[in-house]
Amino acid sequence: MSVSVAEMTEQDQLFEYTVRLGDNCVILGQRLAEWCGKSPVLEEELALMNVGLDLLGQARMLLDYAGKVEGAGRDEDKLAFFRDAQAWRNLLLVEQPNGDFAKTMSRQLFFDCFQFLQYQKLSNSADTKLAEIATKSLKEITYHVRHSSDWVIRLGDGTEESHQRMQKAVDELWGYTPEMFDMDAVDEAMLKSGVGVDLKEIEPAWKKMVEGVLSEATLNFPELTWQVRGSKEGKHTEHLGYLLAEMQFLPRAYPDANW
Amino acid sequence: MTNPDTDIAKLEDDFQKKVDAEIRIEPKDWMPEGYRKTLIRQMSQHAHSEIVGMLPEGNWLTRAPSLKRKAVLMAKIQDEGGHGLYLYSATETLGISRDEMYEQLHSGKAKYSSIFNYPTLNWADIGAIGWLVDGAAITNQIALCRCSYGPYARAMVKICKEESFHQRQGYEIMMTMARGTKEQREMAQDALNRWWWPSLMMFGPHDKNSNHSNQNMAWKIKRSSNDELRQRFIDATVPQAEYLGLTIPDDKLAWNEETQSYDWGEIDWDEFKNVVAGNGLCNRERLQARKDAHEGGKWVRDAALAYAQKKRKREALKTAAA
Repeated sequence: MSVSVAEMTEQDQLFEYTVRLGDNCVILGQRLAEWCGKSPVLEEELALMNVGLDLLGQARMLLDYAGKVEGAGRDEDKLAFFRDAQAWRNLLLVEQPNGDFAKTMSRQLFFDCFQFLQYQKLSNSADTKLAEIATKSLKEITYHVRHSSDWVIRLGDGTEESHQRMQKAVDELWGYTPEMFDMDAVDEAMLKSGVGVDLKEIEPAWKKMVEGVLSEATLNFPELTWQVRGSKEGKHTEHLGYLLAEMQFLPRAYPDANW
Repeated sequence: MTNPDTDIAKLEDDFQKKVDAEIRIEPKDWMPEGYRKTLIRQMSQHAHSEIVGMLPEGNWLTRAPSLKRKAVLMAKIQDEGGHGLYLYSATETLGISRDEMYEQLHSGKAKYSSIFNYPTLNWADIGAIGWLVDGAAITNQIALCRCSYGPYARAMVKICKEESFHQRQGYEIMMTMARGTKEQREMAQDALNRWWWPSLMMFGPHDKNSNHSNQNMAWKIKRSSNDELRQRFIDATVPQAEYLGLTIPDDKLAWNEETQSYDWGEIDWDEFKNVVAGNGLCNRERLQARKDAHEGGKWVRDAALAYAQKKRKREALKTAAA
Protein backbone atom coordinates (compact mmCIF):
# COMPACT_ATOMS: atom_id res chain seq x y z
CA MET A 1 0.00 0.00 0.00
CA SER A 2 1.35 3.36 -0.92
CA VAL A 3 -0.95 5.33 1.40
CA SER A 4 -0.08 5.61 5.07
CA VAL A 5 -2.28 3.81 7.54
CA ALA A 6 -3.68 7.12 8.77
CA GLU A 7 -5.03 7.80 5.29
CA MET A 8 -6.43 4.31 4.82
CA THR A 9 -10.17 3.87 4.69
CA GLU A 10 -11.77 0.98 6.52
CA GLN A 11 -12.07 -0.74 3.18
CA ASP A 12 -8.34 -0.29 2.53
CA GLN A 13 -7.59 -1.76 5.94
CA LEU A 14 -9.82 -4.78 5.39
CA PHE A 15 -8.20 -5.34 2.01
CA GLU A 16 -4.73 -5.17 3.52
CA TYR A 17 -5.72 -7.47 6.37
CA THR A 18 -7.27 -10.06 4.06
CA VAL A 19 -4.36 -9.97 1.63
CA ARG A 20 -1.98 -10.74 4.49
CA LEU A 21 -4.00 -13.81 5.38
CA GLY A 22 -4.24 -14.91 1.75
CA ASP A 23 -0.59 -14.31 0.90
CA ASN A 24 0.61 -16.66 3.64
CA CYS A 25 -1.43 -19.43 2.08
CA VAL A 26 -0.30 -18.78 -1.50
CA ILE A 27 3.38 -18.71 -0.63
CA LEU A 28 3.39 -21.71 1.67
CA GLY A 29 1.24 -23.65 -0.82
CA GLN A 30 3.79 -22.83 -3.51
CA ARG A 31 6.63 -24.01 -1.30
CA LEU A 32 4.84 -27.30 -0.69
CA ALA A 33 4.29 -27.69 -4.44
CA GLU A 34 8.09 -27.70 -4.76
CA TRP A 35 8.11 -30.99 -2.84
CA CYS A 36 6.23 -32.75 -5.63
CA GLY A 37 8.03 -35.96 -6.55
CA LYS A 38 10.69 -35.47 -3.88
CA SER A 39 9.04 -36.78 -0.71
CA PRO A 40 10.86 -39.27 1.50
CA VAL A 41 7.96 -41.71 1.30
CA LEU A 42 4.99 -42.03 -1.03
CA GLU A 43 2.38 -41.63 1.71
CA GLU A 44 4.02 -38.37 2.67
CA GLU A 45 3.95 -37.18 -0.93
CA LEU A 46 0.18 -37.43 -0.72
CA ALA A 47 0.05 -35.74 2.69
CA LEU A 48 2.17 -32.77 1.58
CA MET A 49 0.04 -32.29 -1.53
CA ASN A 50 -3.03 -32.48 0.70
CA VAL A 51 -1.78 -29.69 2.92
CA GLY A 52 -0.72 -27.72 -0.16
CA LEU A 53 -4.18 -28.12 -1.66
CA ASP A 54 -5.84 -26.92 1.52
CA LEU A 55 -3.60 -23.87 1.54
CA LEU A 56 -4.33 -23.11 -2.09
CA GLY A 57 -8.04 -23.43 -1.41
CA GLN A 58 -7.78 -20.99 1.50
CA ALA A 59 -5.63 -18.67 -0.58
CA ARG A 60 -8.23 -18.57 -3.34
CA MET A 61 -11.10 -17.75 -0.97
CA LEU A 62 -9.09 -15.04 0.76
CA LEU A 63 -7.65 -13.38 -2.33
CA ASP A 64 -10.99 -13.54 -4.10
CA TYR A 65 -12.54 -11.79 -1.14
CA ALA A 66 -9.69 -9.26 -0.92
CA GLY A 67 -10.23 -8.40 -4.59
CA LYS A 68 -13.93 -7.81 -3.97
CA VAL A 69 -13.24 -5.68 -0.91
CA GLU A 70 -10.81 -3.59 -2.91
CA GLY A 71 -13.31 -3.18 -5.73
CA ALA A 72 -10.64 -2.31 -8.29
CA GLY A 73 -11.31 -5.31 -10.53
CA ARG A 74 -8.43 -7.45 -9.29
CA ASP A 75 -9.38 -11.10 -8.91
CA GLU A 76 -7.43 -13.84 -7.09
CA ASP A 77 -5.10 -14.36 -10.06
CA LYS A 78 -4.43 -10.67 -10.66
CA LEU A 79 -3.41 -10.50 -7.01
CA ALA A 80 -1.33 -13.67 -7.07
CA PHE A 81 0.42 -13.24 -10.40
CA PHE A 82 0.75 -9.50 -10.93
CA ARG A 83 2.26 -8.19 -7.71
CA ASP A 84 5.99 -7.79 -7.14
CA ALA A 85 7.75 -8.78 -3.95
CA GLN A 86 7.29 -5.45 -2.15
CA ALA A 87 3.51 -5.75 -2.51
CA TRP A 88 3.40 -9.20 -0.91
CA ARG A 89 2.35 -9.43 2.72
CA ASN A 90 3.18 -13.03 3.60
CA LEU A 91 5.19 -13.77 6.72
CA LEU A 92 8.94 -14.15 6.28
CA LEU A 93 8.66 -17.64 7.77
CA VAL A 94 6.56 -19.08 4.94
CA GLU A 95 8.81 -17.84 2.14
CA GLN A 96 11.88 -19.60 3.59
CA PRO A 97 13.16 -22.37 1.30
CA ASN A 98 12.10 -25.96 1.96
CA GLY A 99 15.53 -27.19 3.00
CA ASP A 100 15.40 -30.79 4.14
CA PHE A 101 12.27 -32.51 5.37
CA ALA A 102 13.03 -31.43 8.95
CA LYS A 103 13.15 -27.77 7.96
CA THR A 104 9.88 -28.07 6.03
CA MET A 105 8.22 -29.71 9.02
CA SER A 106 9.58 -27.13 11.43
CA ARG A 107 8.29 -24.28 9.24
CA GLN A 108 5.00 -26.11 9.00
CA LEU A 109 4.70 -26.67 12.75
CA PHE A 110 5.35 -23.00 13.55
CA PHE A 111 2.88 -21.83 10.96
CA ASP A 112 0.20 -24.47 11.56
CA CYS A 113 0.04 -23.69 15.28
CA PHE A 114 -0.12 -19.97 14.50
CA GLN A 115 -2.90 -20.49 11.95
CA PHE A 116 -4.83 -22.72 14.28
CA LEU A 117 -4.89 -20.11 17.04
CA GLN A 118 -5.43 -17.21 14.68
CA TYR A 119 -8.32 -18.88 12.84
CA GLN A 120 -9.95 -19.98 16.08
CA LYS A 121 -10.29 -16.30 16.93
CA LEU A 122 -11.03 -15.26 13.37
CA SER A 123 -13.96 -17.66 13.18
CA ASN A 124 -15.72 -15.20 15.52
CA SER A 125 -14.84 -12.19 13.36
CA ALA A 126 -17.39 -9.42 12.92
CA ASP A 127 -16.68 -9.78 9.22
CA THR A 128 -18.95 -12.68 8.28
CA LYS A 129 -16.97 -13.66 5.20
CA LEU A 130 -13.68 -13.91 7.10
CA ALA A 131 -15.45 -15.77 9.91
CA GLU A 132 -16.87 -18.21 7.38
CA ILE A 133 -13.49 -18.81 5.71
CA ALA A 134 -11.79 -19.28 9.08
CA THR A 135 -14.41 -21.74 10.28
CA LYS A 136 -14.13 -23.77 7.10
CA SER A 137 -10.32 -23.71 7.17
CA LEU A 138 -10.04 -24.59 10.83
CA LYS A 139 -10.97 -28.22 10.17
CA GLU A 140 -8.13 -28.48 7.68
CA ILE A 141 -5.69 -26.69 9.95
CA THR A 142 -6.49 -29.01 12.83
CA TYR A 143 -5.24 -31.85 10.64
CA HIS A 144 -2.18 -29.83 9.56
CA VAL A 145 -1.19 -29.26 13.20
CA ARG A 146 -1.45 -32.95 13.92
CA HIS A 147 0.55 -33.84 10.80
CA SER A 148 3.45 -31.47 11.45
CA SER A 149 3.49 -32.17 15.20
CA ASP A 150 3.67 -35.90 14.56
CA TRP A 151 6.61 -35.49 12.21
CA VAL A 152 8.53 -33.12 14.47
CA ILE A 153 8.09 -35.61 17.32
CA ARG A 154 9.12 -38.59 15.19
CA LEU A 155 12.15 -36.84 13.79
CA GLY A 156 13.18 -35.29 17.10
CA ASP A 157 12.83 -38.56 18.97
CA GLY A 158 13.88 -40.81 16.07
CA THR A 159 17.53 -41.43 15.27
CA GLU A 160 20.53 -39.37 16.23
CA GLU A 161 20.75 -37.96 12.72
CA SER A 162 17.08 -37.00 12.59
CA HIS A 163 17.30 -35.45 16.06
CA GLN A 164 20.21 -33.27 14.99
CA ARG A 165 18.53 -32.24 11.75
CA MET A 166 15.29 -31.43 13.55
CA GLN A 167 17.00 -29.31 16.21
CA LYS A 168 18.96 -27.46 13.55
CA ALA A 169 15.78 -26.80 11.59
CA VAL A 170 13.96 -25.42 14.64
CA ASP A 171 16.93 -23.23 15.54
CA GLU A 172 17.33 -21.91 12.01
CA LEU A 173 13.72 -20.79 11.72
CA TRP A 174 13.17 -19.53 15.24
CA GLY A 175 14.12 -15.93 14.49
CA TYR A 176 11.34 -15.67 11.91
CA THR A 177 8.61 -16.49 14.42
CA PRO A 178 8.35 -13.31 16.58
CA GLU A 179 7.14 -11.41 13.50
CA MET A 180 3.98 -13.51 13.43
CA PHE A 181 2.70 -11.69 16.53
CA ASP A 182 3.48 -8.13 15.45
CA MET A 183 0.52 -5.78 15.64
CA ASP A 184 0.72 -2.77 13.35
CA ALA A 185 -1.84 0.00 12.87
CA VAL A 186 -3.90 -2.11 10.43
CA ASP A 187 -4.07 -4.96 12.93
CA GLU A 188 -5.02 -2.56 15.71
CA ALA A 189 -7.77 -1.00 13.62
CA MET A 190 -9.12 -4.40 12.58
CA LEU A 191 -9.04 -5.58 16.17
CA LYS A 192 -10.91 -2.49 17.27
CA SER A 193 -13.67 -3.04 14.75
CA GLY A 194 -14.05 -6.66 15.86
CA VAL A 195 -12.80 -8.01 12.51
CA GLY A 196 -9.21 -8.91 13.34
CA VAL A 197 -7.36 -11.02 15.83
CA ASP A 198 -5.23 -9.87 18.74
CA LEU A 199 -1.98 -11.52 17.73
CA LYS A 200 -0.23 -10.54 20.96
CA GLU A 201 -2.90 -12.42 22.84
CA ILE A 202 -2.30 -15.70 21.00
CA GLU A 203 1.48 -15.57 21.38
CA PRO A 204 1.64 -17.33 24.80
CA ALA A 205 -0.72 -20.07 23.60
CA TRP A 206 1.45 -20.54 20.50
CA LYS A 207 4.58 -20.84 22.63
CA LYS A 208 2.86 -23.38 24.83
CA MET A 209 1.71 -25.46 21.85
CA VAL A 210 5.13 -25.43 20.22
CA GLU A 211 6.91 -26.04 23.50
CA GLY A 212 4.72 -29.09 24.12
CA VAL A 213 5.65 -30.58 20.75
CA LEU A 214 9.35 -29.77 21.06
CA SER A 215 9.50 -31.24 24.51
CA GLU A 216 7.82 -34.46 23.40
CA ALA A 217 10.27 -34.50 20.50
CA THR A 218 13.15 -34.27 23.02
CA LEU A 219 14.22 -31.01 21.37
CA ASN A 220 15.46 -27.87 23.07
CA PHE A 221 13.22 -24.86 23.05
CA PRO A 222 15.45 -22.43 21.15
CA GLU A 223 16.79 -19.24 22.56
CA LEU A 224 15.93 -16.13 20.63
CA THR A 225 19.39 -14.91 19.60
CA TRP A 226 18.25 -13.00 16.50
CA GLN A 227 14.96 -11.95 14.95
CA VAL A 228 13.85 -10.37 11.69
CA ARG A 229 10.61 -8.72 10.68
CA GLY A 230 9.12 -6.45 8.06
CA SER A 231 6.73 -8.41 5.84
CA LYS A 232 3.77 -6.23 6.80
CA GLU A 233 5.58 -3.35 5.12
CA GLY A 234 6.65 -5.44 2.14
CA LYS A 235 10.18 -6.09 3.38
CA HIS A 236 11.15 -9.65 2.55
CA THR A 237 14.09 -11.99 2.39
CA GLU A 238 15.70 -12.49 -1.03
CA HIS A 239 14.01 -15.86 -1.41
CA LEU A 240 10.61 -14.38 -2.23
CA GLY A 241 11.72 -12.83 -5.52
CA TYR A 242 12.79 -16.17 -6.96
CA LEU A 243 9.65 -17.90 -5.77
CA LEU A 244 7.55 -15.22 -7.48
CA ALA A 245 9.64 -15.27 -10.66
CA GLU A 246 8.89 -18.95 -11.07
CA MET A 247 5.27 -18.79 -9.99
CA GLN A 248 4.32 -15.71 -12.01
CA PHE A 249 6.29 -16.37 -15.18
CA LEU A 250 3.50 -17.56 -17.46
CA PRO A 251 0.80 -14.95 -16.82
CA ARG A 252 3.47 -12.23 -16.88
CA ALA A 253 4.95 -13.45 -20.17
CA TYR A 254 1.51 -13.57 -21.82
CA PRO A 255 -0.54 -10.94 -20.01
CA ASP A 256 -3.40 -11.01 -22.53
CA ALA A 257 -4.03 -14.72 -22.20
CA ASN A 258 -6.72 -16.47 -20.21
CA TRP A 259 -5.70 -19.83 -18.86
CA MET B 1 2.91 -91.93 -5.09
CA THR B 2 1.70 -88.87 -6.93
CA ASN B 3 3.51 -87.49 -9.91
CA PRO B 4 4.31 -83.79 -9.33
CA ASP B 5 4.17 -83.07 -13.06
CA THR B 6 0.65 -84.46 -13.30
CA ASP B 7 -0.30 -82.48 -10.22
CA ILE B 8 0.94 -79.25 -11.76
CA ALA B 9 -0.77 -80.08 -15.02
CA LYS B 10 -4.02 -80.65 -13.14
CA LEU B 11 -3.63 -77.41 -11.20
CA GLU B 12 -2.90 -75.52 -14.39
CA ASP B 13 -5.87 -77.08 -16.05
CA ASP B 14 -8.18 -76.14 -13.18
CA PHE B 15 -6.72 -72.67 -13.15
CA GLN B 16 -7.42 -72.19 -16.83
CA LYS B 17 -10.97 -73.51 -16.42
CA LYS B 18 -11.56 -70.99 -13.69
CA VAL B 19 -10.19 -68.18 -15.86
CA ASP B 20 -12.30 -69.33 -18.79
CA ALA B 21 -15.37 -69.36 -16.57
CA GLU B 22 -14.60 -65.71 -15.67
CA ILE B 23 -13.98 -66.53 -12.04
CA ARG B 24 -11.56 -64.01 -10.56
CA ILE B 25 -8.22 -65.24 -9.28
CA GLU B 26 -7.54 -64.04 -5.74
CA PRO B 27 -4.19 -63.74 -3.90
CA LYS B 28 -4.48 -67.00 -1.97
CA ASP B 29 -5.56 -69.08 -4.97
CA TRP B 30 -3.10 -71.32 -6.72
CA MET B 31 -1.69 -69.73 -9.86
CA PRO B 32 0.99 -70.69 -12.37
CA GLU B 33 4.38 -69.13 -11.69
CA GLY B 34 4.32 -67.51 -15.12
CA TYR B 35 0.99 -65.86 -14.34
CA ARG B 36 2.34 -64.51 -11.06
CA LYS B 37 5.54 -63.25 -12.70
CA THR B 38 3.70 -61.63 -15.57
CA LEU B 39 1.38 -59.85 -13.19
CA ILE B 40 4.21 -58.67 -10.96
CA ARG B 41 6.00 -57.33 -14.02
CA GLN B 42 2.94 -55.61 -15.43
CA MET B 43 1.45 -54.31 -12.20
CA SER B 44 4.72 -53.01 -10.77
CA GLN B 45 5.47 -51.35 -14.11
CA HIS B 46 2.06 -49.75 -13.89
CA ALA B 47 2.70 -48.58 -10.30
CA HIS B 48 6.11 -47.19 -11.27
CA SER B 49 4.50 -45.37 -14.21
CA GLU B 50 2.11 -43.60 -11.85
CA ILE B 51 4.97 -42.43 -9.65
CA VAL B 52 7.36 -41.47 -12.44
CA GLY B 53 4.39 -39.90 -14.25
CA MET B 54 4.10 -37.37 -11.43
CA LEU B 55 7.42 -35.85 -12.48
CA PRO B 56 6.65 -34.37 -15.92
CA GLU B 57 3.48 -32.81 -14.51
CA GLY B 58 5.22 -31.74 -11.32
CA ASN B 59 7.54 -29.83 -13.64
CA TRP B 60 4.71 -27.30 -14.19
CA LEU B 61 3.13 -27.34 -10.74
CA THR B 62 5.12 -24.36 -9.50
CA ARG B 63 4.45 -22.54 -12.80
CA ALA B 64 0.75 -23.24 -13.31
CA PRO B 65 -0.77 -20.04 -14.72
CA SER B 66 -3.65 -19.58 -12.27
CA LEU B 67 -4.36 -20.60 -8.69
CA LYS B 68 -7.23 -22.79 -9.88
CA ARG B 69 -5.05 -24.58 -12.44
CA LYS B 70 -2.40 -25.06 -9.79
CA ALA B 71 -4.91 -26.60 -7.38
CA VAL B 72 -6.39 -28.86 -10.07
CA LEU B 73 -2.94 -30.03 -11.16
CA MET B 74 -1.88 -30.64 -7.58
CA ALA B 75 -5.00 -32.74 -6.99
CA LYS B 76 -4.32 -34.69 -10.18
CA ILE B 77 -0.73 -35.42 -9.22
CA GLN B 78 -1.93 -36.44 -5.78
CA ASP B 79 -4.41 -38.85 -7.39
CA GLU B 80 -1.55 -40.39 -9.34
CA GLY B 81 0.43 -40.91 -6.16
CA GLY B 82 -2.68 -42.58 -4.75
CA HIS B 83 -2.91 -44.83 -7.81
CA GLY B 84 0.73 -45.76 -7.32
CA LEU B 85 -0.08 -46.64 -3.73
CA TYR B 86 -3.04 -48.94 -4.59
CA LEU B 87 -1.06 -50.57 -7.34
CA TYR B 88 1.96 -51.24 -5.15
CA SER B 89 -0.38 -52.71 -2.52
CA ALA B 90 -2.18 -54.82 -5.13
CA THR B 91 1.17 -56.07 -6.41
CA GLU B 92 2.28 -56.91 -2.88
CA THR B 93 -0.53 -59.50 -2.78
CA LEU B 94 1.58 -61.48 -5.24
CA GLY B 95 4.45 -61.85 -2.79
CA ILE B 96 6.80 -58.96 -3.52
CA SER B 97 7.46 -55.98 -1.24
CA ARG B 98 7.33 -52.32 -2.17
CA ASP B 99 11.03 -52.01 -1.33
CA GLU B 100 11.87 -54.81 -3.74
CA MET B 101 9.84 -53.10 -6.43
CA TYR B 102 11.63 -49.79 -5.82
CA GLU B 103 14.92 -51.64 -5.97
CA GLN B 104 13.95 -53.03 -9.38
CA LEU B 105 12.91 -49.60 -10.62
CA HIS B 106 16.10 -47.94 -9.44
CA SER B 107 18.36 -50.63 -10.85
CA GLY B 108 16.61 -50.43 -14.22
CA LYS B 109 15.32 -54.00 -13.97
CA ALA B 110 11.71 -52.83 -13.87
CA LYS B 111 10.43 -50.42 -16.48
CA TYR B 112 7.91 -47.61 -16.39
CA SER B 113 5.91 -46.23 -19.28
CA SER B 114 8.37 -44.71 -21.72
CA ILE B 115 6.03 -41.78 -22.39
CA PHE B 116 7.29 -40.12 -19.21
CA ASN B 117 10.76 -39.84 -20.71
CA TYR B 118 9.47 -36.99 -22.86
CA PRO B 119 9.81 -33.45 -21.49
CA THR B 120 6.96 -31.06 -20.65
CA LEU B 121 8.05 -27.90 -22.44
CA ASN B 122 5.05 -25.61 -22.35
CA TRP B 123 1.87 -25.31 -20.30
CA ALA B 124 -0.25 -26.96 -23.03
CA ASP B 125 1.77 -30.13 -22.42
CA ILE B 126 -0.15 -30.45 -19.16
CA GLY B 127 -3.37 -30.36 -21.19
CA ALA B 128 -1.98 -32.79 -23.77
CA ILE B 129 -0.88 -35.26 -21.09
CA GLY B 130 -4.35 -35.28 -19.55
CA TRP B 131 -6.10 -35.52 -22.90
CA LEU B 132 -3.81 -37.92 -24.77
CA VAL B 133 -1.65 -39.77 -22.27
CA ASP B 134 -4.43 -40.29 -19.74
CA GLY B 135 -6.80 -40.94 -22.64
CA ALA B 136 -4.56 -43.71 -23.95
CA ALA B 137 -4.08 -45.04 -20.42
CA ILE B 138 -7.85 -45.20 -19.87
CA THR B 139 -8.35 -47.08 -23.12
CA ASN B 140 -5.91 -49.69 -21.83
CA GLN B 141 -7.24 -49.66 -18.29
CA ILE B 142 -10.91 -50.07 -19.15
CA ALA B 143 -9.89 -53.39 -20.67
CA LEU B 144 -7.96 -54.18 -17.49
CA CYS B 145 -11.03 -53.68 -15.27
CA ARG B 146 -12.00 -57.19 -16.43
CA CYS B 147 -8.53 -58.65 -15.84
CA SER B 148 -8.63 -62.14 -14.32
CA TYR B 149 -6.60 -61.12 -11.25
CA GLY B 150 -9.05 -59.70 -8.71
CA PRO B 151 -6.91 -57.11 -6.88
CA TYR B 152 -5.66 -55.66 -10.18
CA ALA B 153 -9.12 -55.52 -11.73
CA ARG B 154 -10.58 -53.81 -8.68
CA ALA B 155 -7.74 -51.28 -8.51
CA MET B 156 -8.40 -50.49 -12.18
CA VAL B 157 -12.08 -49.76 -11.62
CA LYS B 158 -11.22 -47.13 -9.03
CA ILE B 159 -8.36 -45.73 -11.07
CA CYS B 160 -10.41 -45.49 -14.29
CA LYS B 161 -12.98 -43.27 -12.60
CA GLU B 162 -10.34 -40.76 -11.57
CA GLU B 163 -8.46 -40.99 -14.86
CA SER B 164 -11.52 -40.10 -16.90
CA PHE B 165 -11.87 -37.01 -14.74
CA HIS B 166 -8.23 -36.15 -15.47
CA GLN B 167 -8.77 -36.64 -19.15
CA ARG B 168 -11.65 -34.17 -19.18
CA GLN B 169 -9.55 -31.66 -17.25
CA GLY B 170 -6.71 -32.07 -19.75
CA TYR B 171 -9.05 -31.59 -22.68
CA GLU B 172 -10.44 -28.49 -21.03
CA ILE B 173 -6.92 -27.01 -20.79
CA MET B 174 -6.41 -27.78 -24.49
CA MET B 175 -9.73 -26.14 -25.31
CA THR B 176 -8.81 -22.98 -23.39
CA MET B 177 -5.45 -22.87 -25.14
CA ALA B 178 -6.84 -23.66 -28.60
CA ARG B 179 -9.43 -20.88 -28.24
CA GLY B 180 -6.94 -18.48 -26.68
CA THR B 181 -4.36 -16.07 -28.07
CA LYS B 182 -2.17 -16.83 -31.08
CA GLU B 183 0.67 -17.88 -28.78
CA GLN B 184 -1.61 -20.18 -26.80
CA ARG B 185 -2.84 -21.86 -30.00
CA GLU B 186 0.77 -22.38 -31.02
CA MET B 187 1.55 -23.94 -27.66
CA ALA B 188 -1.46 -26.25 -28.02
CA GLN B 189 -0.44 -27.35 -31.51
CA ASP B 190 3.16 -27.80 -30.45
CA ALA B 191 2.06 -29.99 -27.54
CA LEU B 192 -0.14 -32.11 -29.81
CA ASN B 193 2.72 -32.48 -32.29
CA ARG B 194 5.04 -33.78 -29.60
CA TRP B 195 2.62 -36.01 -27.66
CA TRP B 196 0.57 -37.62 -30.44
CA TRP B 197 2.96 -40.31 -31.60
CA PRO B 198 4.35 -41.18 -28.17
CA SER B 199 0.74 -41.62 -27.01
CA LEU B 200 0.12 -44.15 -29.80
CA MET B 201 3.31 -45.93 -28.77
CA MET B 202 1.84 -46.42 -25.30
CA PHE B 203 -0.23 -49.32 -26.64
CA GLY B 204 2.93 -51.27 -27.31
CA PRO B 205 4.19 -53.06 -30.41
CA HIS B 206 1.90 -54.24 -33.20
CA ASP B 207 0.15 -57.52 -32.35
CA LYS B 208 2.29 -59.42 -34.80
CA ASN B 209 5.45 -58.29 -32.95
CA SER B 210 4.19 -58.55 -29.39
CA ASN B 211 5.98 -61.14 -27.23
CA HIS B 212 3.48 -61.51 -24.45
CA SER B 213 0.14 -61.23 -26.15
CA ASN B 214 -1.12 -64.78 -26.69
CA GLN B 215 -0.48 -66.21 -23.25
CA ASN B 216 -1.74 -63.03 -21.60
CA MET B 217 -4.94 -63.19 -23.62
CA ALA B 218 -5.45 -66.84 -22.62
CA TRP B 219 -4.91 -65.92 -18.97
CA LYS B 220 -7.27 -62.97 -19.46
CA ILE B 221 -4.68 -60.59 -18.07
CA LYS B 222 -5.13 -58.86 -21.37
CA ARG B 223 -8.56 -58.61 -22.93
CA SER B 224 -7.95 -56.72 -26.15
CA SER B 225 -4.94 -56.62 -28.41
CA ASN B 226 -2.54 -53.66 -28.66
CA ASP B 227 -3.70 -52.82 -32.16
CA GLU B 228 -7.40 -52.98 -31.27
CA LEU B 229 -6.92 -50.64 -28.33
CA ARG B 230 -4.76 -48.25 -30.33
CA GLN B 231 -7.38 -48.05 -33.07
CA ARG B 232 -10.11 -47.45 -30.50
CA PHE B 233 -8.08 -44.56 -29.06
CA ILE B 234 -7.42 -43.02 -32.47
CA ASP B 235 -11.07 -43.25 -33.48
CA ALA B 236 -12.14 -41.54 -30.28
CA THR B 237 -9.45 -38.87 -30.32
CA VAL B 238 -9.38 -37.62 -33.92
CA PRO B 239 -12.81 -35.91 -33.69
CA GLN B 240 -11.74 -34.33 -30.40
CA ALA B 241 -8.70 -32.81 -32.11
CA GLU B 242 -10.91 -31.57 -34.94
CA TYR B 243 -13.22 -29.93 -32.44
CA LEU B 244 -10.23 -28.13 -30.97
CA GLY B 245 -9.23 -26.97 -34.44
CA LEU B 246 -5.82 -28.58 -34.05
CA THR B 247 -4.04 -30.73 -36.61
CA ILE B 248 -2.90 -34.24 -35.79
CA PRO B 249 0.66 -34.62 -37.08
CA ASP B 250 -0.07 -37.52 -39.44
CA ASP B 251 -0.62 -36.77 -43.14
CA LYS B 252 -1.90 -40.27 -43.78
CA LEU B 253 -4.75 -39.86 -41.33
CA ALA B 254 -8.10 -40.31 -43.15
CA TRP B 255 -11.58 -41.60 -42.42
CA ASN B 256 -12.23 -45.00 -43.96
CA GLU B 257 -15.92 -45.47 -44.80
CA GLU B 258 -15.51 -49.17 -45.26
CA THR B 259 -13.93 -49.98 -41.89
CA GLN B 260 -15.78 -47.11 -40.20
CA SER B 261 -12.52 -46.07 -38.57
CA TYR B 262 -9.46 -43.98 -39.29
CA ASP B 263 -6.55 -45.06 -41.42
CA TRP B 264 -3.31 -43.61 -40.18
CA GLY B 265 0.43 -43.54 -40.79
CA GLU B 266 3.14 -45.64 -39.19
CA ILE B 267 4.73 -45.28 -35.81
CA ASP B 268 8.45 -44.61 -35.85
CA TRP B 269 9.45 -47.76 -34.01
CA ASP B 270 13.11 -46.81 -34.09
CA GLU B 271 12.28 -43.80 -31.96
CA PHE B 272 10.23 -45.96 -29.65
CA LYS B 273 13.08 -48.42 -29.14
CA ASN B 274 15.57 -45.62 -28.80
CA VAL B 275 13.62 -43.95 -25.99
CA VAL B 276 12.96 -47.26 -24.23
CA ALA B 277 16.69 -47.98 -24.49
CA GLY B 278 17.46 -44.83 -22.51
CA ASN B 279 17.86 -42.18 -25.20
CA GLY B 280 14.81 -40.06 -24.48
CA LEU B 281 15.34 -36.47 -23.40
CA CYS B 282 14.46 -37.19 -19.78
CA ASN B 283 15.24 -40.86 -19.02
CA ARG B 284 18.16 -40.06 -16.76
CA GLU B 285 16.43 -37.18 -14.98
CA ARG B 286 13.31 -39.22 -14.25
CA LEU B 287 15.16 -42.15 -12.76
CA GLN B 288 17.57 -39.92 -10.89
CA ALA B 289 14.69 -37.93 -9.40
CA ARG B 290 13.15 -41.15 -8.05
CA LYS B 291 16.49 -42.36 -6.69
CA ASP B 292 17.23 -38.99 -5.08
CA ALA B 293 13.83 -38.90 -3.39
CA HIS B 294 14.26 -42.44 -2.09
CA GLU B 295 17.87 -42.20 -1.00
CA GLY B 296 17.48 -38.63 0.28
CA GLY B 297 14.50 -39.72 2.34
CA LYS B 298 16.19 -42.69 3.97
CA TRP B 299 17.02 -40.79 7.16
CA VAL B 300 13.35 -39.79 7.49
CA ARG B 301 12.12 -43.37 7.07
CA ASP B 302 14.78 -44.59 9.48
CA ALA B 303 13.70 -42.01 12.04
CA ALA B 304 10.02 -42.97 11.69
CA LEU B 305 10.95 -46.61 12.22
CA ALA B 306 13.19 -45.86 15.21
CA TYR B 307 10.48 -43.72 16.78
CA ALA B 308 7.83 -46.42 16.28
CA GLN B 309 10.10 -48.97 17.94
CA LYS B 310 10.80 -46.68 20.90
CA LYS B 311 7.13 -45.98 21.27
CA ARG B 312 6.25 -49.68 21.27
CA LYS B 313 8.91 -50.37 23.86
CA ARG B 314 7.64 -47.57 26.11
CA GLU B 315 4.08 -48.80 25.81
CA ALA B 316 5.15 -52.36 26.61
CA LEU B 317 6.95 -51.08 29.72
CA LYS B 318 3.88 -49.11 30.73
CA THR B 319 1.66 -52.16 30.35
CA ALA B 320 4.13 -54.29 32.29
CA ALA B 321 4.23 -51.74 35.12
CA ALA B 322 0.43 -51.48 35.32
